[in-house]
This record gives sequence, structure tokens and C-alpha cells, in this order.
Amino acid sequence: MQSFTQHSGLAVTMDRADVDTDQIIPKQFLKRIERTGYDKFLFFDWRYLEDGSDNPDFELNQPSAAGASVLIARRNFGSGSSREHAVWALENYGFRVVMAPSFADIFYNNCFKNGVLPIRFDEATVQRLFDNAATHSPYHVHVDLEKCEVTDDHGLQLPFEVDPFRRHCLLHGLDDIALTLEHEDKITAFEKAHA
Amino acid sequence: MSSPRTMFEKIWDNHVVHAEPGKQTILYIDLHLVHEVTSPQAFEGLRLAGRRVRRPERTVATPDHNVPTTDRSLPIADQISLKQVEALRTNCREFGITLYDIHDAKQGIVHVIGPENGYTQPGMTIVCGDSHTATYGAFGALAFGIGTSEVEHVLATQTLLQYKPRTYELRVDGRLARGVTAKDMILYLIGQISTAGGVGYVLEYTGTAVQALTMEERMTVCNMSIEAGARAGMIAPDDTTYDYLRGREFVPRDFDAAVQCWQQLPSDAGAVYDKVGVYDAADISPQVTWGTNPGQVTPVASTIPDPANYADETEQKSASRALEYMGLKAGTRVEDVAVNRVFIGSCTNARIEDLRAAAAVAKGHKVAGSVNAMVVPGSGLIKQQAEAEGLDRIFVEAGFEWREAGCSMCLAMNPDKLAPGERCASTSNRNFEGRQGKGGRTHLVSPAMAAAAACSGHFVDIRNWDYK
Ligand code: SF4
Repeated sequence: MQSFTQHSGLAVTMDRADVDTDQIIPKQFLKRIERTGYDKFLFFDWRYLEDGSDNPDFELNQPSAAGASVLIARRNFGSGSSREHAVWALENYGFRVVMAPSFADIFYNNCFKNGVLPIRFDEATVQRLFDNAATHSPYHVHVDLEKCEVTDDHGLQLPFEVDPFRRHCLLHGLDDIALTLEHEDKITAFEKAHA
Repeated sequence: MSSPRTMFEKIWDNHVVHAEPGKQTILYIDLHLVHEVTSPQAFEGLRLAGRRVRRPERTVATPDHNVPTTDRSLPIADQISLKQVEALRTNCREFGITLYDIHDAKQGIVHVIGPENGYTQPGMTIVCGDSHTATYGAFGALAFGIGTSEVEHVLATQTLLQYKPRTYELRVDGRLARGVTAKDMILYLIGQISTAGGVGYVLEYTGTAVQALTMEERMTVCNMSIEAGARAGMIAPDDTTYDYLRGREFVPRDFDAAVQCWQQLPSDAGAVYDKVGVYDAADISPQVTWGTNPGQVTPVASTIPDPANYADETEQKSASRALEYMGLKAGTRVEDVAVNRVFIGSCTNARIEDLRAAAAVAKGHKVAGSVNAMVVPGSGLIKQQAEAEGLDRIFVEAGFEWREAGCSMCLAMNPDKLAPGERCASTSNRNFEGRQGKGGRTHLVSPAMAAAAACSGHFVDIRNWDYK
């Protein structure tokens, strides 16, 4: 898994609550058996018009959003389907950080497995990020997982919390399966005891 | 004496392989169900790392999401779908996993076939790369939906890394009125606690109204736990559970001994939940969703809500956006909303009791001329049973299409989908934008309400239905 220590990038806001994984990546793209190449399908139904051209009203299609790698969103981001394709699509597109007041569980989990950092801030803080992004477009932020801190070029300094173990795995790009298999003797013992 | 524990805590404790403070617990997984959409990358990961499936005999697979529900003697026309189904076949063969393939009578929606074949049992930990895995909680099992990386993790280690979720008791006492179903109960509860109300929790549904539910109804309730954001939903096993399981193919051979163990599972008297919500079954009436998430729901005998009445600004915006997408005006009576498609199916409501309930409504009526309606059984076995009971004839005579088993228009990955602007009364679980086809408008309802909408061309309060 790719590690994550620090990231600086252009932030884009998405002023919608309950953005579900069906929107992040519609079902027709779940037929693929690959793990990459989902970037062009990200937010497909919102992003493109009927004729396949870019929807000029969509957030990511604004000229100021080109190259964005940090997504600032509203509550309950990533709800619905467990499809990890949603995180693959965000990551393939270039997003490394998603900030929102809350995330759906499975999505939140899936992020860490793919080197994407989900950060929870309270609603007021997220609103502040929305306001900053509107005032200082293009809005760049710096995310430091070692210090657990988000900063911008305008004096913002936001500490954030992330579970220490997940942080450790993300900082070092550790493979969950390899970590678990270090305890293989315990799995075997469990199976013997419960046979 | 140990302190009283909830059912969740007992099952959790029984499955801890390794726990360290500050780290995720390694939890043993008893049963892993697999389907074609969320597994190919996981198998590929195993292959790349030179790993095997640790316990193939604890793993069961079926293709469901992608399969056509029309004539099965024809090959799958969509080449990409076909490739995915074939990948599942190859992976199951290579890694030694039982597969209920398209032509097997036991093929069906993964969450339907697990229970009906007796794979899913009380006290188990069960996972599947699908958010509706919570369905199995109806048996008093701890069942999580997981992502593809976790599918790979379970295949390789037969364990899952988990932080212990908190517990949330949702108690519904009293009796559901005639015409009010398990689907209405869960839609109502989601409306009460919101689509994020369950985040971080395992829900346990309790109370006399829940205990009175049949096994299939309990599955409908637990199925939609994820729609409240919960990790899982569960209901304590009791005689209803054991009676349902007895005699099914994969239940323990010494069934009575198993029942004795299972009887230890229900939460102890005095067990403490992290959160509790108490509801009265008498407050629940037939429900219809009006928006683009399952929490945007209202009684059929009411009107489309006005976004201006929401105190919270984010919710106001969501509601306005939802009404715009749904093509609805605040204040419209729900019964005045016309539909042109009806879908009876999905892992929420495509079991035999659901089909019976829909058929009872459809019998002697005709699907309205303006409506296209389809019934898609949850599995091949259910289809056979329904045909043995003559339900298929009732549906066909009334003008419904009678299809082969699969997920079908629940998520419209196969050819069954809504055209832009089409409005559908659906027994499935998600009314997200585009869920049933781009631009399609989905209203979630019970099977009886869906059948009544099909025959009327608009929503009707099933409590006033003319049963023939
Ligand atoms: S029926 Fe729908 S919700 Fe259920 S597993 Fe299939 S696609 Fe998912």
C-alpha cells in the first residue's frame, strides 16, 4: 500500500451531504476486474453531460479545480454501497485527502487500505474550510500526518485526530494481511480450539 | 460472576483471535460469502502475493449482481459482465471455493441463498464484500459488509481487523397494524434515526414487535441496517429462528445441541447498550421514500415534505436537491404521485413471503396500462417455490413480468434499468440518484405497496386495498 506522510495540494469543495458511493462511482463501472483506471469514471453521472462532454456546473469541472487532490465535503460522505471502487476512483483521479464532518464506516475503512487519508472535522470547522476555499481560490492546503495537522497559506492551523494504529500503518504503507499473518499461530490455535 | 453482556458482546468475545490495546482486534470469521463484483481484485491480490485461501470450505460464492434475469439459456450478452462472472468461476475453481453458478437452482442473491441453505447461523461472524451483509444479523449473527481489500484479508487469513463498534438497541414494542410490514418498520426507523444515525454502531432490534416478526421479515429489517449507517444489525435468535433453520442443508448435523448453544446468545438481563431508542409499533404506517436517501421517507397517507421546514441548513439543501431530482413538489399528496415502473425484488424483499404478499395484492387486478412491472425472485429456489404455489401465474395474469433470480433493477448493473425520468415503486433498499438507472426516480416501499402501485398507476395506502 502507498504510504502517506505529508501532502500539499489544491483543495476543492463539494457542497453536498450524503454523497453516496453510487455517485462516486456508478455501478456500470463495477464490472471491471481491474483495480486501476477508474479516474475517468469518478462522479460520472454528475461530471459528464448526456453527450459525454463535461458538465460545466460540476465542482470538479471548474477550471479552478484542475489538479485538485484534497476534497472537502459535507456530512456522511461515502455512504451506501461497500464498493471499494469508490476509493480507487478518488485515488486514481488524484485525491489523497478527503475532509468531512463524518464518513460512512466502510468507506472510511476502505480509504486507509488505499493510502487515502479521511479526516473528520466538526461541522463548524468544515464550514470554515468551505469559507476559506471560497475566499482564497485556488485554495492550497498542507496535510501532515506525522504532526496530525492541516495548514493553509493564510494562517490556518487545524489539528486533527486519527486512530494511532491506522496512522502508523498509513505512515509506513504497511500491508494489513502481512501484519495479521504475523499472528498466524494464534489463528491456528483459535481454529484448533473451535474445531 | 461476569457482568451481563449484550448478544453482540458475546459473539465478539467468542471470536477474538488477538487483541492489543490501541490496535484493531483480529476477529475470526466463520463464514465468508463472495460475489462477482467485489472479489476479482481480491483474488488477484492473493495471486500476486502468492497467497492461498485459508479456509475455502468456509467460503461460498455466487454470481448475482451482474447476471441477466431473462432467458438463462442465452450467454451473457454484456462482454464485461461476462468476463467478471467468468473471473469468479476461475477464481473459485483455482482456490477451491463452492460456487452456485448461473444454472444452479441455488443461484441467487448472495444474501438470500446464505440463509435459505442454512449457511448463516446464530452466533456466527459472517462477512461479504457487500454492505447488505447485515441481513444475516436476523439470525443472531454478527455480519459485516466489507471492502475488497478486506475480502482479500479474509480470504488470506479467515480473520478481519476490527475496532469494537458500540451497541445501539432499537426497541419496537406493540403490534404492527394490518398492512404495515417489516419494510415499513425499518424505513420508519431509518427516518427516525437518519441515514447516519447508526454510524459506528451495531444495532440490535428488540421488543415485542420485532420478536413477532417471521425470519424473512427479520431479514428485511436487518438488511437495511446499513441504510442507517450501522456496521451491522441483529436480532436475538429464538424458536422462530430455530424453526426456520431446522432441516436446511448446511445446518449443524446435531441440530438440537446447536440450539442449546444458540440459546445462550441473547443479551443478558441487565446488559447495557451504548445507546437506546424506543418506538411504538402503533406509530408505524406504510412508508414511501420521497427523496434520494432512505432516510427521506414519509407515511403514504401524508404529503411530500417542504424543505423549508427543516431546521438544519444542510438538510434543507439536501431535501431541495432531492425534490428537484425526484421531480416532486412539496405538499403533493403521496397517493397522487404516479409511477410508471414497479420492481419487486432485491435482497430486502424478494423472498417467498414477499412474493406471496405482492401476489395477494395483485390477484384479480391488472397492472395499470401506464406501468411496466417486474417481479424478480431472490433465488432459483424461491422461483421454483413460487411457481409451485402458482404465484407466477397470478403475477403474469395481472400483467407483471416474471424473471430469473438476481439483483436485477436493485442496482441496474444488468440490463434491467430505469430510463431517465421514469418513476419506480421499488421493494429494494436504495433510492440514491441513478441507483436504478441514470435519471431514474426510485421510491422504496413494501412488496404489498409496490404491487398496489403497479395496479393503480400511483401510490395507494395498502390499508384500503380491495383484496380479491
Ligand atoms: S439485491 Fe441489491 S442490495 Fe442486495 S446484494 Fe443485490 S445489488 Fe446489493
